[in-house]
Amino acid sequence: MERQLNYLQALREALVHEMRKDSSIVVLGEDVRQALRGITKGCYEEFGSERIWDTPISEAAFVGLATGAALSGMRPLVEFQIGTLIYISLEQMVNQAQKLRYMMGGQGTIPVTYIVPGSGARPGLAGQHSDHTYPSLLQGGMKVVIPSTPYDAKGLLTAALREDDPVVVFAPAACMSTKGPVPDEEIYIPLGSGEIKKIGSDITVVAIGPLVGEAIKAAHRLESEGISVEVFDPRSLLPFDYPLFERSLRKTGRLVIFDDSNRTCGFAAEIAAYASENLFACLRAPIRRITRADVPVPFSIALDKSVLPSAHQLEQAIRENLSGSGCQLHEQELDAR
Amino acid sequence: MKSDPGSEPAEDNIAPSFWIELYRQMRLIRRFEERVIELVNGNEISGVTHEYIGEEAIAVGVCGALRPTDVITSTHRGHGHIIAKGGEPKRMMAELLGRETGYNRGKGGSMHIADLSLGIYGANGMVAGGVPIAAGAAWASRIRKTGIVAVTFFGDGAANQGVLHETMNLASIWKLPIVFVCENNQYAVSTPVSYSTSGPSIAGRAAAYGFPGHAIDGMDVEKVFLATRRGVERARFGEGPTLLECRCYRFQGHFTAERALALTYREAAEIEEWRGKDPVSSWAAKLEARGVFDSAKKAIIDSVVEATLDDAVEFARSSRWPEASEALHHMYATTYAGLPARGSVWNAN
Repeated sequence: MERQLNYLQALREALVHEMRKDSSIVVLGEDVRQALRGITKGCYEEFGSERIWDTPISEAAFVGLATGAALSGMRPLVEFQIGTLIYISLEQMVNQAQKLRYMMGGQGTIPVTYIVPGSGARPGLAGQHSDHTYPSLLQGGMKVVIPSTPYDAKGLLTAALREDDPVVVFAPAACMSTKGPVPDEEIYIPLGSGEIKKIGSDITVVAIGPLVGEAIKAAHRLESEGISVEVFDPRSLLPFDYPLFERSLRKTGRLVIFDDSNRTCGFAAEIAAYASENLFACLRAPIRRITRADVPVPFSIALDKSVLPSAHQLEQAIRENLSGSGCQLHEQELDAR
Repeated sequence: MKSDPGSEPAEDNIAPSFWIELYRQMRLIRRFEERVIELVNGNEISGVTHEYIGEEAIAVGVCGALRPTDVITSTHRGHGHIIAKGGEPKRMMAELLGRETGYNRGKGGSMHIADLSLGIYGANGMVAGGVPIAAGAAWASRIRKTGIVAVTFFGDGAANQGVLHETMNLASIWKLPIVFVCENNQYAVSTPVSYSTSGPSIAGRAAAYGFPGHAIDGMDVEKVFLATRRGVERARFGEGPTLLECRCYRFQGHFTAERALALTYREAAEIEEWRGKDPVSSWAAKLEARGVFDSAKKAIIDSVVEATLDDAVEFARSSRWPEASEALHHMYATTYAGLPARGSVWNAN
């Protein structure tokens, strides 16, 4: 049987492997020596204080430090203890690290990897620890990957660490404990390569990160209703594998996007816009988006389900799309307006 | 802080040619900026520029204490820093005119001139934005033991930015080889430092982070040079950061267009008083008083400066504009299908 690792172990394996190979990789972040979030477990013992740097709670400063160090030949990995800390350092990420090479007319490289372990919503963490911030990073042109399986986690973190540009790696909370086959040897998944996680013929579901597994389960359930769902996992949001996406959509002619980021100007909106601009002729029904609502994630488990995208909503959207009822507004939706 | 033209140089072992070179650089910056004002007013430079006139002693004094491999980050008022760190006026001027031969191929302009090969990690449009980036260069130097020292220039306005304080704390706990150079020109746009800034001085804030802070006369290039040299030595010996608060004054408005706004935040008498401490002419007078400089030597330098700037303007004007197709290039070091970047210029998606 193939070796099984959980997602966190796969990330750690990629990091340790790359750090052994490349002495310019240094890690900085909060509580990384103790490995609070698990990725750097054992790294301080193996690599020491000159490569594993605990920072004060100064996100803007240490993100800026990573940029300056990268321009000086280092390859820093910045760990954000919580995904929303990106808001604090957004100036240094989007307005500095991501823009500098362009503004300098192509001088230099800024190979910084930012990782968010446990991104997105977890039960009971409420409004300020639960956002998936990639839409604003993508608007700034930041490369973003969001692996959904342990195998992809190892392959994409490896690729991010070798990339000569800033890359943000979202490691979703919902994926962190999942297990799967991960070979011992090096895995490198190039940025911009998506994967069909389940082959189907009736409808394409673009599922992002933590929702890929949910989409596959939904697809299996819908098989009993005679519906064949294709699940496309882009893995990398920028660059995005448009050719593979197009092939899938040309085959099925139907599209639902399943994404755990906000609805307005979210990632699903971008994919929907792309499909309607470029692939309108092959669409057989209106595109549907199943996303987060535009409110903070509420604390109570009685409420969060009403905000986060669910497999139930996905299944409904798929059935409606195929039955043609997606063309009309729901009565419920009309009432709400 | 009045300069004494008769005082002896504090360091006997420094050749007079070095002190004269500092004059040349200050004169070059002064005249560069005066040319820039003309070009902005003539609509040859688009947007706004922030002139360094009055603050020349700081860039020149600080960079005079650095090695070519040392790193600086600069500010929105950055032309002086770039010249003092070795930037070529013609490539700077070409950048200001948006030409392909500019340092940034026309993608940066006045607020973003950079030359990594000269250790210039960019002027920066965000107040205090370059501070942690310089600290990152210092951090890399510490890790790799390269002996490189980083200097970050920032203004009195940046003294109240959180990221500066975060970086001063980090630089102190990690003993980073960095010198924080505050150019206190008394005003953040129109807001006086006396109004905006608590405590006895900006220099005094270094004490809170456990490293030395000195207030120095930023109109005196020699004092700036000597203070920087001490800070740089400390940094190179692994003793950590230093903060220099260089007290100065900008003779022009916050930016070129300020004249048109008729702002009233500064009294004419105040401006005149500071103009009396002109760092460029006072340094020439001091060198003459020391007997190492005279009006003939000065005239030669001044005319070479003019010729350099004539050439720079001519070079910029005759340089090609960047191709429109370049607008979406240089974003990424590694490109993919669908990148360099997405947008309507490149194609629909």
